[in-house]
Amino acid sequence: MSIFVDENTKVIVQGLTGGQGRFHGLRNRDYGTKVVGGVTPGKGGTDVDGVPVFDSVKEAVAATGATASFIVCITEGIPAHDEAVTYNRLVEDFPGVRLLGPNCPGIISPGKCNIGITSGDIALAGGPVGIVSRSGTLTYQALHELSTQGIGQTTCVGIGGDPVPGTNFIDCLAAFEADPETKAVMMIGEIGGSEEERAAEWIKHNMTKPVVAYVAGVTAPPGRKMGHAGAIISGSKGTAQAKMDALAEAGVHVCQNPTEAGAKMIDIVRAM
Amino acid sequence: MDLFEYQGKQYFARYGIAVSPGDVADTVEEAVAVAERVGYPVVVKAQVKVGGRGKAGGVKLAANVEEVREHATSILGLDIKGHVVKRVWIEHASDIAKEYYASFTLDRPNKTHLGMLSAQGGVEIEVVAEENPDAISFLSIDPVRGLDLETARRWVAEAELDEAAREQAAELLVKLYTCYTEGDCDLAEINPLVLTPTGTVHALDAKVTLDENASFRHPEWEAYREGEFEDPREKMAKEKGLNYIGLEGTVGIIANGAGLAMSTLDVVNQVGGTAANFLDIGGGANADVMAAALEVINADPMVKSIFVNIFGGITRVDEVANGVLEALKRVNIAAPIVLRLDGTNAVEGRAILAPHLNDHLITEPTMLDAARRAVALAN
Repeated sequence: MSIFVDENTKVIVQGLTGGQGRFHGLRNRDYGTKVVGGVTPGKGGTDVDGVPVFDSVKEAVAATGATASFIVCITEGIPAHDEAVTYNRLVEDFPGVRLLGPNCPGIISPGKCNIGITSGDIALAGGPVGIVSRSGTLTYQALHELSTQGIGQTTCVGIGGDPVPGTNFIDCLAAFEADPETKAVMMIGEIGGSEEERAAEWIKHNMTKPVVAYVAGVTAPPGRKMGHAGAIISGSKGTAQAKMDALAEAGVHVCQNPTEAGAKMIDIVRAM
Repeated sequence: MDLFEYQGKQYFARYGIAVSPGDVADTVEEAVAVAERVGYPVVVKAQVKVGGRGKAGGVKLAANVEEVREHATSILGLDIKGHVVKRVWIEHASDIAKEYYASFTLDRPNKTHLGMLSAQGGVEIEVVAEENPDAISFLSIDPVRGLDLETARRWVAEAELDEAAREQAAELLVKLYTCYTEGDCDLAEINPLVLTPTGTVHALDAKVTLDENASFRHPEWEAYREGEFEDPREKMAKEKGLNYIGLEGTVGIIANGAGLAMSTLDVVNQVGGTAANFLDIGGGANADVMAAALEVINADPMVKSIFVNIFGGITRVDEVANGVLEALKRVNIAAPIVLRLDGTNAVEGRAILAPHLNDHLITEPTMLDAARRAVALAN
């Protein structure tokens, strides 16, 4: 099984008529994703390579039967205050809706559904590994390490590197724990915040499946934002070492680089 | 972007937050002129983006013109934890009855805003949090609803600020919250917030961090960029729109994505090398961006090899490959370049580079192999 999305998920792409929207939206469709509509205000009634375009998400939902219950926001560079307001408005006014991102690569359930900018050919269908990652390119790296060794994935979720992610590690770990086809989870963290420590605490008490983790930024200097708005070591908080220690203490297999993490996961899966 | 104290005070003033009258000075003569204008006694404060100025001798009280001259002379040029003081802030010295602490920041785990208020200000809040956590009153604020005056009034009472300060402090906190939200601050902190013997409340210090992602809607931030980069490499990178942080090592790093860039530094370190920089060319980087990145790295004399680590997603590897060739045409890149290319259009990208490979332009199949090669070339 997959988490959050599957082969029946209907996808509406906002900005489908733009350069990036078209490239990745159509690439998602070519992968097999049910891309049922696009949205660009003012361009309703037109189409992009056969995909109908609507003026609003509301119209797209009405016409296509998509539910808009899961929002994937790829966009980077969103002000933190806008993220905080949007997240809380969703929680208060649309409690059934899950937001993934922003500033994330999206989600892929190999062979079923690919929403976002992940290259479908680096993922391998059939499980048994679930992947959750704060970093886009390290998500690709993780997929690549496993797929090239013939180890497939149930779902790979990029939660994004911003300070207010709509979906966090624990949301994904809980979903993987509940998914019978996911047998092990690979988790990729980075410096900044305390999400990895909170995930470690959750794993300690709730997770029965093996978890392999890698945390980027061991050599990152304090006080400097390492690209992601969320990736900053402030004072003694948010260091990679503290996160790795917390995860190791929770029984997670902590590795020093993505390749080592891939190799460790391959060992675990092959021993099953 | 971290602001200097004087910039923070200027920013506070935009939102109606009371600060001491004062101005900046880059020379002793300017300092004297400001002091004469704001009236003695004055405080001469080093403008550096690092804590512990007072202990380092960077904050001095001056009762008259001779003392201003003496202190400005000693503070300008002073080295505080590696930061050389180029500018001082001179303000009229306030009489202080009480010192408080106030700040707003994002509460990341709860995805709300967090207000912190304490009747024990003037010392590092981390120390208060450690030694006397009950002395800090925390307020969780729903970003949708914001902070109203009624809530602020209850908050100052709960934090046990002096009666005489409460109403003014509540009003100031609402203004500070507006500055924090509308002003797109990651952090807006006043330490100390003071009550004077005559019963007025104002900010004696200002610590402001601005959210760079919001700079598109704050043209006024341009004025704060002066002196933002002490590292000339970072200045050049910023001008080219690159996400660059200068480090001390010999392997120049270019990667797409913050996580991969961080991981690249880690891996270079693990195989015995040192990174000269962090450089994330971001999502969707094209040939121009790649060329600019190589130019910035090439300008760093410490760099002995360059490791380009690309895993294409929204970035297309063929565009990266074209960028590398474009850069090689434009600039004479001194150090050898080791590339690792995977992901979106990687096959096309490798094919573009294939005819150009030589001992100065090398590809390796994996991240670890490429790191080892780049480190070997640098050492």
